[in-house]
Amino acid sequence: MHFSHIFKSKKNLQSTFLALFLAFFSLNVSAHPKPDAPASAENHGTVASEGTKTEEFDITAFILHHIADSHGFHLWGEGDNSVAVSLPVILWIDNGLVTFMSSAFHHDDEGKHVVEKNGQRFVNYHEKIYIASVTPNEHGEYMSLDADHKASNVLPLDFSITKNVFTLIFSAIILIIVFVGVANSYAKRKGKSPKGFQSLIEPVILFIRDDIAIPNLGAKYEGYMPYLLTVFFFIWFNNILGMVPFFPGGANLTGNINLTLVLSVITFLITNVKANGHYWKHIFWMPGVPVPMKIFLAPLELMGVFTKPIALMIRLFANITAGHILVLALLCLIFVFKSIFIAPVSIVFVVFISMIELLVGFIQAFIFTVLTALFIGLAVQEHGEH
Amino acid sequence: MDLFSPSIGLIVWSTIVFLTLLFILAKFAWKPVMAAIKEREQFIDDALNKAELATQEMARLTAQNEDLMKQARAERDEILKEAKMLKDNIVNEAKTQAQTEGTKLIEKARIEIENQKKAALAELKGQVSSLSLEIAERVLRSQLDDKAKQQDLVASLLKDVELN
Repeated sequence: MHFSHIFKSKKNLQSTFLALFLAFFSLNVSAHPKPDAPASAENHGTVASEGTKTEEFDITAFILHHIADSHGFHLWGEGDNSVAVSLPVILWIDNGLVTFMSSAFHHDDEGKHVVEKNGQRFVNYHEKIYIASVTPNEHGEYMSLDADHKASNVLPLDFSITKNVFTLIFSAIILIIVFVGVANSYAKRKGKSPKGFQSLIEPVILFIRDDIAIPNLGAKYEGYMPYLLTVFFFIWFNNILGMVPFFPGGANLTGNINLTLVLSVITFLITNVKANGHYWKHIFWMPGVPVPMKIFLAPLELMGVFTKPIALMIRLFANITAGHILVLALLCLIFVFKSIFIAPVSIVFVVFISMIELLVGFIQAFIFTVLTALFIGLAVQEHGEH
Repeated sequence: MDLFSPSIGLIVWSTIVFLTLLFILAKFAWKPVMAAIKEREQFIDDALNKAELATQEMARLTAQNEDLMKQARAERDEILKEAKMLKDNIVNEAKTQAQTEGTKLIEKARIEIENQKKAALAELKGQVSSLSLEIAERVLRSQLDDKAKQQDLVASLLKDVELN
């Protein structure tokens, strides 16, 4: 098996370059947060304040709020005046399922507005839904918080259609419409050259087949093509959708560790279910090395079985989240310097970084797919070359 | 940190949605698309192979034609050569035949001439003998007067005749 092309390819060189580049920028960002500004809920809504308030702008909380999941698509406005797309909240508590729309919270995410449903009282505290305390604390929050702002309220199982879940379903529907459409145009123009959108997609499909699947999986590539194609287009589309700053984009889906966890678990399952005896032998009883070495290598190799998908999970999450943080941090410069004149600089940088993020969005989808193919290839190959 | 907080809802939803997406796309998109691409590539390969075969066939046919032409030319040359030989033979034969015929005719003519000559000679001999007899008669008649003279004359006449 030849891996060298992965490291030699120009794309990876670029991504290495970009990774270094991004690391450089994120260092700058981490230098900015004000250490004296606690991540308190009060500071949170000051983004659009007209400067009448003298509070410090909390860049960390602002950014984390924006890349986190939420129960609703915020469009514009602040506080009670904000306009948002309301999404269903689905909670599983001891006495059954509770559902209501997120608009019931009246855009409150500070635990101040209690929603009563099915004899239970809920509050939205930092986009997590807790069972409300009976009485509010000194900040008017129906929460019982300890000294570290840790909530001790009961956290029901939350199956809500959050912003990320909405984006997930939305992207799935778009992908289905697009690719079933493409499949239909194949059926319509049977045996002819591709046309229109089909000709845009076909090179990508061929790229995945010829440059990812076949070099890594060999003759058995066909069975894994649906997964590789789906995972590639799903990640790519969501990476780009995440770059769109307004509804229906804007959710940081591929930069959410829960989603990358699911994807890497699927890769992990495919790899290990399809793995042949040869692969397991290489893990537990490495051929060609002395017995003490075999015993020494077995736990390391076994660890590798798990670290590979974990690396996959972290890589996608970190890259996409880093991009979002970077864009937001550059925009926050305007508020940090409290000057409108810094805006052009911010915008130029944001546009530049967004361009790079478009590239990173593709590269990360590509890397996830390549590594998936590689791991599966390692597990299913018949004759190892070590 | 908030970034790493697990969310069971998102995990469950993304598992369901992703697997559904995978299933639907695999069944309704990737399967027909991959099949169509493969079929088309097969078709292109076949077409190229066929073109290759056709070129080879063409070359073969050209070579065959060339061969046929060469063969035909050789055959034509052969035929021409044969014809020429035949003509020469015929001419030669005719010549020899004519020659033999001519010699035969000449021979015949010669024999005829000989015969004629012989006949003429015989006739001449006869005439000469009758003439001699006549002469002898006349001489005898004239010489009978002189006996001795008669005898001499006869003897000399006979001598002359025999010489002839």
